[in-house]
Amino acid sequence: MELKEKMLSSFMVLEQELDLSSPVHEIRSKSMKTFEAQGFPTKKQEAWKYTSLAKLLKNNYSIFPKKESSIELKDVKKYFLYEIDSYKVVFIDGVYSPFLSDTTHDGLDVCLLSAALSKTKYKARIEKYFNKVAKQDESLTALNTSFAKEGAYIFVPKSTVAEKPIEIIHFSTGEQGDFLLQPRSLVVVEENAQVQIIERHQSLAPHDVWTNTVTEIFAEKSANIDYYKIQNDRTDASLVDNTYISQDQQSNVKVHTFSFGGKITRNNLNFYHKGEHIESTMKGITIIEDQQHVDHYTLVHHAQPKCESHQDYKGIFSDQAVGVFNGKILVDKIAQKTNAFQQNNNILLDDKATINTKPQLEIFADDVKCSHGCTIGQLDEDALFYLRSRGIPKKEAKGLLTYAFANNVLESVAIPSLKTRINKLIAMKLGVNLGHDL
Amino acid sequence: MAYTEEELKKELETKEYEYGFYTDIESDTFPVGLNEDIVRAISKRKEEPQWMTDWRLEAFVAWKEMEEPEWANVTYKKPDFQAISYYSAPKKKDKYTSLEEVDPELLETFNKLGISIDEQKKLAGVAVDIVMDSVSVATTFRDTLAKKGIIFCSISEAIKEHPELVKKYIGSVIPQKDNFYAALNSAVFSDGSFCYIPKGVRCPMELSTYFRINQAGTGQFERTLVIADEGSYVSYLEGCTAPSRDENQLHAACVELIALDNAEIKYSTVQNWFPGDKEGKGGVFNFVTKRGICHTNAKISWTQVETGSAVTWKYPSCILKGDNAIGEFYSIAVTNNFQQADTGTKMVHIGKNTRSTIISKGISAGKSQNSYRGLVQVNPKATNARNFSQCDSLLMGNECGAHTFPYIEARNNSAQIEHEATTSKIGEDQIFYCNQRGIDTEKAIALIVNGFSKEVLNKLPMEFAVEAQKLLEISLEGSVG
Repeated sequence: MELKEKMLSSFMVLEQELDLSSPVHEIRSKSMKTFEAQGFPTKKQEAWKYTSLAKLLKNNYSIFPKKESSIELKDVKKYFLYEIDSYKVVFIDGVYSPFLSDTTHDGLDVCLLSAALSKTKYKARIEKYFNKVAKQDESLTALNTSFAKEGAYIFVPKSTVAEKPIEIIHFSTGEQGDFLLQPRSLVVVEENAQVQIIERHQSLAPHDVWTNTVTEIFAEKSANIDYYKIQNDRTDASLVDNTYISQDQQSNVKVHTFSFGGKITRNNLNFYHKGEHIESTMKGITIIEDQQHVDHYTLVHHAQPKCESHQDYKGIFSDQAVGVFNGKILVDKIAQKTNAFQQNNNILLDDKATINTKPQLEIFADDVKCSHGCTIGQLDEDALFYLRSRGIPKKEAKGLLTYAFANNVLESVAIPSLKTRINKLIAMKLGVNLGHDL
Repeated sequence: MAYTEEELKKELETKEYEYGFYTDIESDTFPVGLNEDIVRAISKRKEEPQWMTDWRLEAFVAWKEMEEPEWANVTYKKPDFQAISYYSAPKKKDKYTSLEEVDPELLETFNKLGISIDEQKKLAGVAVDIVMDSVSVATTFRDTLAKKGIIFCSISEAIKEHPELVKKYIGSVIPQKDNFYAALNSAVFSDGSFCYIPKGVRCPMELSTYFRINQAGTGQFERTLVIADEGSYVSYLEGCTAPSRDENQLHAACVELIALDNAEIKYSTVQNWFPGDKEGKGGVFNFVTKRGICHTNAKISWTQVETGSAVTWKYPSCILKGDNAIGEFYSIAVTNNFQQADTGTKMVHIGKNTRSTIISKGISAGKSQNSYRGLVQVNPKATNARNFSQCDSLLMGNECGAHTFPYIEARNNSAQIEHEATTSKIGEDQIFYCNQRGIDTEKAIALIVNGFSKEVLNKLPMEFAVEAQKLLEISLEGSVG
């Protein structure tokens, strides 16, 4: 059976166990219709020109977990950033694991979307925010919406600062065979509130796992959000990450994406500006090898005056890895005094590696400063020679130079232990011995 | 009297398109519509050999199957291909042997356009081939060129007199099925220019083609083929105008350049088709396919100044096939009122050590939309390929738009590619600086725009550079809001 048909029939199965009278169900069935009409994206679509999902569509995925899986804390401890000092929302094969999680309702809500969707207490908020910023006519997002059941729900009320970072981790155990996971998260940060979130998807066994996740983030007036995505998965796991961010005036949202592994990784990162004096920052480091494929597809929609956006993506590609960067900056007519910057630098280390990049500016306002820069190149021969003439072997010298190239994106990481962690990861990936423990 | 910006704006809006006149020349126009018979009839009228007729028919069959492309960032009402006449020629009495025999009305037209096809032009040292509606009407300096072995004539003559060259190269860079408009052009092209520079010859003068659409309800489909044999050099100019009309006219041309080993072709265009009036009515649809192929050590350089046309859809490209080949693209695209331009280039690196440079300057004013769309592709075998691209946009007024869509595909790790783009408006402080030194706003803007476009203007041949500079001033002065 084709995957599309399987999704359609699975939806009917899902409907049997859901509360059909809830307004959310209306959204679900509407989204299903969108997906039915559009199907999975193909390379013929401009947005998917350089990334083919054909490889993923062949698999016979399980849609619902067949049995409950459990994992031992000691096996997965290394994937947590903190042992105790953070809130944690952990899912195993799409099912919430209370044992590994550490949620709260004290001051702020860090809990489950399934609870938020069903409890009357949250009804007003769900009505206000759920599926409000996600793009309605994007087929994979629509697919996720129609199956939206479980994920993280984070609510930070007015003038609250979340004291600890929040970790959202999705494990897949392989006990379900090839598995299609569709987590859905909702993050609402009210006026003047502040939060740091780390998201991670991790596959634990050799199975084809495809995660199609949607995260909606609302940053209200003067809110401050720091979001980190760590993508360092097995090479049989694929990820399509759809993140939609709505920003009100004076809010500041930063998203860092670290893509170090996975079969096919696609990041759809969308920023929508709803007020003035907004700041948006997107940074990314991609270091991949073998036949991995990472695609960053970003959109910043400047719809209000006096906002700023910064993008800085670095990529290092070895073997036959393929990198794609598609950054779009859209400046509306009324968005005067916009400052939008975009930078994409790439290094190809082997002659079979490929990079396709398409920085795109669409500007309708005249009083703006917009620029993009994009480079594809190699390591500086002179710098390499300098290091080698001082007795550093070629391999190490190359590692050092690439490490330096990637490293400056880390400067804006605000969580020290995460910074150290990523720094170590990069060093390890590039085979650099830093000579000291960070 | 103080000249305010408001006044300037008004003046600009109402500025008449000065080439918008229509010449009443008796002409021979085909009935509207397109079918196989029309294609055959065009071919027959041109007294073409059978292989050419077949080639056209092949293109026509392919065209029927194709769909009009929609990916470009422009919106317009699609032309009705059955409502256009595909052939219109000034009525010929006989072949002209000297200029005295040319219809005086026609000569008057060219004088109005400021192109003198008479002997004066000798001083300027430009050989001109003029294409009116769809037919080449006059070619100057043929004898001088023939002494060097250079063939410069209309393409229909070339088909008759040099079939071996035409047969070998036509469609070799732009195949009939390349795209919708190229297929259409291949089927119905009525004339164009042909140029062949023999081995090792440096063409002593600039070659030039002048295109003019005159008749109403006709489309212009010309085809240009330039072949530079090994070690030769040629600089080629192209200019175009059309009368002001309420309806949209279609111009779908194909230009093929072939630079064999060590050859160099410089191709410059000043495109000034009727852009439509200030309400956006009328104007020419300019859907052009231009492509050149560079063999070993060859170089092709495209320079364009685009100020006209209601809708432009044009991507002069270079296929860098041979090792050490060089491709260059310098462009200024100016849009005003309701004009829309989607233009750029493609650089395809196939050979080793190939280099390409792209400098694109977009200036948008009024309610126009200006897009740069480009592709830089480095294929796996193109070691040490090098590309530098720069796209700058200048916005005047808050109702226009500037867009960039650069595609960069690198499949070789030794490639070095740089791309940068900026979008900004004319700085108030820049204007203030000029004002302060006694330069009025109008002149200051001209100065700044000229400075902005200088990198490209410098690449134009002398005669064109002056014309282009004037054009820029006409199209833009005072449009700062």
